[in-house]
Amino acid sequence: MQHHLSGINDMVVRFANVNGTGSASANTMFAKAIFRMGIPVSAKNIFPSNIQGLPTWYEVRISEKGYLGRREGIDVLVCVNPQSMQQDVASVRPGGYFIYDSTKPLHREFMREDIHFVGIPMMAMCNEHFTDPRHRQLLKNIIYVGGLTALLDIDPAVVKGILEEEFAKKPKLIPPNFQALELGRQHVIEHYPHPLDIRVEARDLVGDSIIIDGNTACGLGAIYGGATVAAWYPITPSTSVVQAFEKYANKLRIDPETGQKRFAVVQSEDELAAIGVVIGAAWNGARAFTATSGPGISLMNEFIGLAYFAEIPVVLIDVQRGGPSTGMPTRTQQSDLLLAAYASHGDTKHVLLFPSNPSECFDLTADALDLAERLQTPVFVMTDLDLGMNDHMTAPFHWDPKRRFDRGKVLTAEQLEAGVTFGRYLDVDGDGIPYRTLPGAHPTKGAYFTRGTSRDEFARYTEDGAAYVRNMDRLLKKWETAKTLMPAPETYQATNQSSHGMLFFGTTAYPAQEALDRMAEQGIAMDAMRVRSFPFTPEVEAFIAAHEKIFVVEQNRDAQFRSLLIQELDLNPKQLVSVLNYDGMPFTADKIQRLIVATLQPQVQPA
Amino acid sequence: MTYIKPKFRHPELPVNAVGYARKDYEGAISTLCGGCGHDSISGAIVQACYEMAIEPHRLAKLSGIGCSSKTPTYFLSNSHGFNSVHGRMPSVTTGAILANRDLIYLGVSGDGDTASIGMGQFVHAIRRNLNMVYIVMNNGCYGLTKGQDSATADLGSISKGGVPNAYMPIDLAGMAIELGASFVARSFSGDKTQLVPLIKAAMSHQGFAFIDVVSPCVTFNNNPGSTKSYDYVREHLEATAAVDYVPEKEEITISYGEGQTADVELHDGSRLALHKIAPNWDPHDRLSAIQRLHVAREKEEVLTGLLYLSKDNETFHQFLHTVDQPLNTLTEEDLIPSQEVLAAINADHR
Repeated sequence: MQHHLSGINDMVVRFANVNGTGSASANTMFAKAIFRMGIPVSAKNIFPSNIQGLPTWYEVRISEKGYLGRREGIDVLVCVNPQSMQQDVASVRPGGYFIYDSTKPLHREFMREDIHFVGIPMMAMCNEHFTDPRHRQLLKNIIYVGGLTALLDIDPAVVKGILEEEFAKKPKLIPPNFQALELGRQHVIEHYPHPLDIRVEARDLVGDSIIIDGNTACGLGAIYGGATVAAWYPITPSTSVVQAFEKYANKLRIDPETGQKRFAVVQSEDELAAIGVVIGAAWNGARAFTATSGPGISLMNEFIGLAYFAEIPVVLIDVQRGGPSTGMPTRTQQSDLLLAAYASHGDTKHVLLFPSNPSECFDLTADALDLAERLQTPVFVMTDLDLGMNDHMTAPFHWDPKRRFDRGKVLTAEQLEAGVTFGRYLDVDGDGIPYRTLPGAHPTKGAYFTRGTSRDEFARYTEDGAAYVRNMDRLLKKWETAKTLMPAPETYQATNQSSHGMLFFGTTAYPAQEALDRMAEQGIAMDAMRVRSFPFTPEVEAFIAAHEKIFVVEQNRDAQFRSLLIQELDLNPKQLVSVLNYDGMPFTADKIQRLIVATLQPQVQPA
Repeated sequence: MTYIKPKFRHPELPVNAVGYARKDYEGAISTLCGGCGHDSISGAIVQACYEMAIEPHRLAKLSGIGCSSKTPTYFLSNSHGFNSVHGRMPSVTTGAILANRDLIYLGVSGDGDTASIGMGQFVHAIRRNLNMVYIVMNNGCYGLTKGQDSATADLGSISKGGVPNAYMPIDLAGMAIELGASFVARSFSGDKTQLVPLIKAAMSHQGFAFIDVVSPCVTFNNNPGSTKSYDYVREHLEATAAVDYVPEKEEITISYGEGQTADVELHDGSRLALHKIAPNWDPHDRLSAIQRLHVAREKEEVLTGLLYLSKDNETFHQFLHTVDQPLNTLTEEDLIPSQEVLAAINADHR
């Protein structure tokens, strides 16, 4: 076996750990070191629904070209989990590297002729050099990071810098961490050829990017967007959204004089109560949101229908995971689209926003709070586990200091006093959006009764069919207005070049963009558009109309996005070809390319 | 058939301390059955608010689904109201209270809405000690779907359907005391002299004030054999003490001897005067309240009046340490961190 993988700044490194052993911080440190060397990097945490003892993986993609999606094939695998070793050995590409704890010899059945084994006696080193049992376990992780610095030519000073920041408040821990790093590094230097042909080199390719997860970005977006009430029920993978909101709010939303909080977080008894709290707060004029995942949206359906029909501005962050039922709670999917788009019984349609990266999570969460109040309706921010829980390299957060909240059509006491005609469901402006008043606004004017039952323009209960139809039709008019307020889609070509187009949204953008490049290299021209909202804007309709065939790339089994396009744009289903992934792992460029090329095959074959 | 309520009133109707006449606290004409207990409760709410001189727009009324939850249409038409979804009034009220702590919140629910579909939300609202009045109009049946037994129907009670109820009842007042509710009372829709002062006291209370009001369903549960009929309740009525709401502050003497008179003070300085106090009952002693409820049950009495009042309690806003100013009035200046803060957050993630 002579083959050695080679290449600069182009590899996938995967770590196989046992969950609950502190590996996450060492692995994150590795990814951050690459980022600080100026090389684009993305990391995926592949974890079980468990707290301690089960296999967990952390996969780092390093890409000079800036591709941040997953790539098939593992070049370097660091295995410190005997449970998953067989599968881990098998997952390495021929010519790749398998780094393992050589305290005990590797069993013969794990050996492969076509890959390289790098043994570091991690446990033995820990036992010899460190006394505290808890430290031994944690420092084992730092030892393999030290080994990797030698193998991949990572500047150890960068890692040390990160360690110093990490332990700034516990400086006693810095020397043992440095020692562990050196132990791993020196072992590799003494026993193995280094650096490898596959390695990194410092670059200046990350600009002013930051590296952060989408859930934190959503939480921060809610801070800047002015949310004052957050109600939630813990559920993976959305839990860290409200936790991030609360963490930042506890620093940034404190009254300097009294120390009191300018926000309220309610961990409610279930998701039904969470959305109920949000509806009550929004009805009463506070900006409010909840964060949940598919099972939570299922539970919230009745209330979402109320918010739609009673026209209450609520924001829901749906961090999607594998469904149905409990499904794959720690794996990613884009499978709540239909659930969210038409949530509730009866005729409903809801606004959905699709961020693709943490920077957009920040922007679109703040935008959602404006849109919800402008449109007086629920707005969903549709992220997913991959975006929400993994660190992504992304543009830094930006906020225009001149930006004001759009509180929508709320009549003030002065306007009521001046004698404006107030009908809660009266379409005064012809855009389908009525005016509302807040409880307590005026002593004698503007009070009305909010209900989920049918009513007339002045909020009076009625079972008159004509009044009901007028109201339902006005809600459709509001839907048309919503189309004019949605974020524009992103296009990837100045003018259309091909009869084939590709449509995608959310995190599928990462591998889709890479697949476009790869296909272009293959001679397959393809236009592309990334959709950022439902309802679809006219640009989406025009893009589809301009192409014979559209590949709809999404991460669910039933092609839900394609269904939405067909349903809402009245398209011929034959024009839309599904490109799907639903195994719970983020889509890869390799697979998108493979699936699309396969469908094009009959056409590219020579005549 | 039309339900037009005449708006004409005598031009010189008396007004209360804030300048409103009683009619300013009324609502649309009720569409409930003639003689429904719920209408009496609506009337008691109107009277209590008028006499307490509450400005109607400073009160928000919220409800769930069912006959009881329809009643907010029939009182306080100058107040904002929210008829939400079945069993979920507590969560909507929680949100409303968080948004604006300065209003008075009146939640209206029924026994189906609270003791069955909304049980989870009810108990968690108690745990939060929301600053609200929570009235259950309790008729032991589902009126709007034509008379099915509810979870508060007594064991063996027979509704119009004729089948004795096989299940143990849920005593909402007893449960509220167990869960730490800070004000718990029970009353009877047919006893306005007791209900009105209890509603006033509940509104004066800072924290979760729960009133379980037995309110007969004239159509489906007012027959012989029912323990929620007018006749049965009147015959079995027993009170912890007769109550009088005293708005002005006077000297307070507290002793809870049997048959004596005592005052309990409420948070706004008003008082509830208790007369002819039941034996072995102290309104501030949770255990004695629970014991009285158990004794009443054994004797097949419907125990009414104030049951329990906590002396000191913190409400939800205090648990959460929120600012005194209503959250819904905070502006960009209060809420948006500076550019420097965002730059520092960005720097932390490089």
